[in-house]
Amino acid sequence: MDRFSWTTGLLELEETLVVQQRGVRLSDGEEKVKFDSGVLLLSTHRLIWRDQKNHECCIAVPLSQIVFIEEQAAGIGKSAKIVVHLHPASSNKEPGPFQSSKYSYIKLSFKEHGQIEFYRRLSEEITQRRWENMPTGQAMQVNKDPQAGRIRAVGIIGIERKLEEKRKETDKNISEAFEDLSKLMEKAKEMVELSKSIANKIKEKQGDITEDETIRFKSYLLSMGIANPVTRETYGSGTQYHMQLAKQLAGILQTPLEERGGIMSLTEVYCLVNRARGLELLSPEDLVNACKMLESLKLPLRLRIFDSGVMVIELQSHNEEEMVASALETVSEKGSLTADEFAKLVGMSVLLAKERLLLAEKMGHLCRDDSVEGLRFYPNLFLTQS
Amino acid sequence: LPQAKYKERGTVLAEDQLAQMSKQLDMFRTNLEEFASKHKQEIRKNPEFRVQFQDMCATIGVDPLASGKGFWSEMLGVGDFYYELGVQIIEVCLALKHRNGGLITLEELHQQVLKGRGKFAQDVSQDDLLRAIKKLKVLGSGFGIIPVGGTFLIQSVPAELNMDHTVVLQLAEKKGFVTVSEIRSSLKWEPERAKQVLEHLLKEGMAWLDTQAPGEPQYWLPALFTELYSQEITPEEAKEAIP
Repeated sequence: MDRFSWTTGLLELEETLVVQQRGVRLSDGEEKVKFDSGVLLLSTHRLIWRDQKNHECCIAVPLSQIVFIEEQAAGIGKSAKIVVHLHPASSNKEPGPFQSSKYSYIKLSFKEHGQIEFYRRLSEEITQRRWENMPTGQAMQVNKDPQAGRIRAVGIIGIERKLEEKRKETDKNISEAFEDLSKLMEKAKEMVELSKSIANKIKEKQGDITEDETIRFKSYLLSMGIANPVTRETYGSGTQYHMQLAKQLAGILQTPLEERGGIMSLTEVYCLVNRARGLELLSPEDLVNACKMLESLKLPLRLRIFDSGVMVIELQSHNEEEMVASALETVSEKGSLTADEFAKLVGMSVLLAKERLLLAEKMGHLCRDDSVEGLRFYPNLFLTQS
Repeated sequence: LPQAKYKERGTVLAEDQLAQMSKQLDMFRTNLEEFASKHKQEIRKNPEFRVQFQDMCATIGVDPLASGKGFWSEMLGVGDFYYELGVQIIEVCLALKHRNGGLITLEELHQQVLKGRGKFAQDVSQDDLLRAIKKLKVLGSGFGIIPVGGTFLIQSVPAELNMDHTVVLQLAEKKGFVTVSEIRSSLKWEPERAKQVLEHLLKEGMAWLDTQAPGEPQYWLPALFTELYSQEITPEEAKEAIP
């Protein structure tokens, strides 16, 4: 308890109130002290305790003094507690109720509950360390002046009023935003209706619509995020944007593919491309739709979908079936391999290693041993030794 | 001749409507720009507002996350927020796959993603994660969302999990493990069916077998071990995650 200083309880300029709780008792380590019943306030900078009966009695400790905190569950006849472990008081600390203490921690007893939320908020504040970004220049004032009592009362009321205003302000902002959002959605809905009507026209005309019109229509749908009412795909293939994207991807992915043995899963591609872009990222659907056009645009990469549904990008020059032959050699050398083991040996992702082994099995080169210990592949001796 | 006239008329009608749509699109773009200038921050900072926004879009039949080239993404920045989150989700799932077989609770995923993002990054809610994951499904690597208890298990491997598997996962969620007897008494299955499901989960690495448990063997789901929560991703695991 020697880490505490007397205070007026007024918040500083950059300091904001986070949460407060009535009915809290302070203890110096394991020993009870006279701070039996008070309001505990958590601000961005300090932990403040004010006596409920004697409002002049107000103490605080900076959050920066806290080493770590623990929860103590309630028991029979015992309130839930938070144990706050503290750094030793600094030598230039403002005067407080205790000069020394044999404990390096204090206990907060929540006689009227509220411990769960307080603990959550206190943890957040300690983690976020907002006091570091918002230095308060003014020193804590010493509470020895009886006049200060009146000011302090005003201070607390002021805090509560600020909180109320802030709540109203937030509510107002939210309702304004929500109103604007509703209006916006009304307009968006009109766009959806219009696109449906155009789609109907297209269906009626059954192919009399020009290609140019189709391309335009699809790009409008793309902008609005409306699924193509005709084909039901989200604009399916064939927008200009996806064509451009496909060409870009062919450029970006050439080297990474070569470095990875000519094949990458679509999730790998998604991560690689988006990390490189940093901004204006591709949506997963953008990527898939662009990749679907690779082959028709005669680009040097292609999209391949395995039986399992796994999607990969391969270099045109890559031949997975040939890779299977070398996989068979590797498996034969080792007698048998799981997907994990094969992946480690060859330096592939487990996902793609498994696909290669499954393909080898499909082609008849490998046999599986499916047990609870895992899926293990063996060379298909039925084939080679019959 | 009259037919040709009708055809021509038809073309003109579509052309008219397309022109109209183009104009309305421009207007909408302006409206959205205005909305963005006032409320872009609200969307960025307020997870509840994001939920409302997404729900309203869904109601009218608009997917703001369908494309990075869409207006919503370009002007509100919602796209980048969710697509980047997608990358982070993929990375965490890859790093932890060897521990949990490709199944992870939404809570743990949330914790790990928050950790990876660092303390200065924009906060994300569990709802945000779910929406990002729904988008990742289309990449074909097996992303799925399985409701269990009051929460969700996130699948990130292309293992086939049918209704039987899902129902057993839900049963296991309460205690983190399940036994053949429990399956039989709760679901009224034959022992063969229960064993098949459990063996599948074992093979996929999603369940571990404890043969030394008192009574009968227990099938534990590492995804549900609370002790594993918030365990740091090791540097080796992190390397796995980056292709």
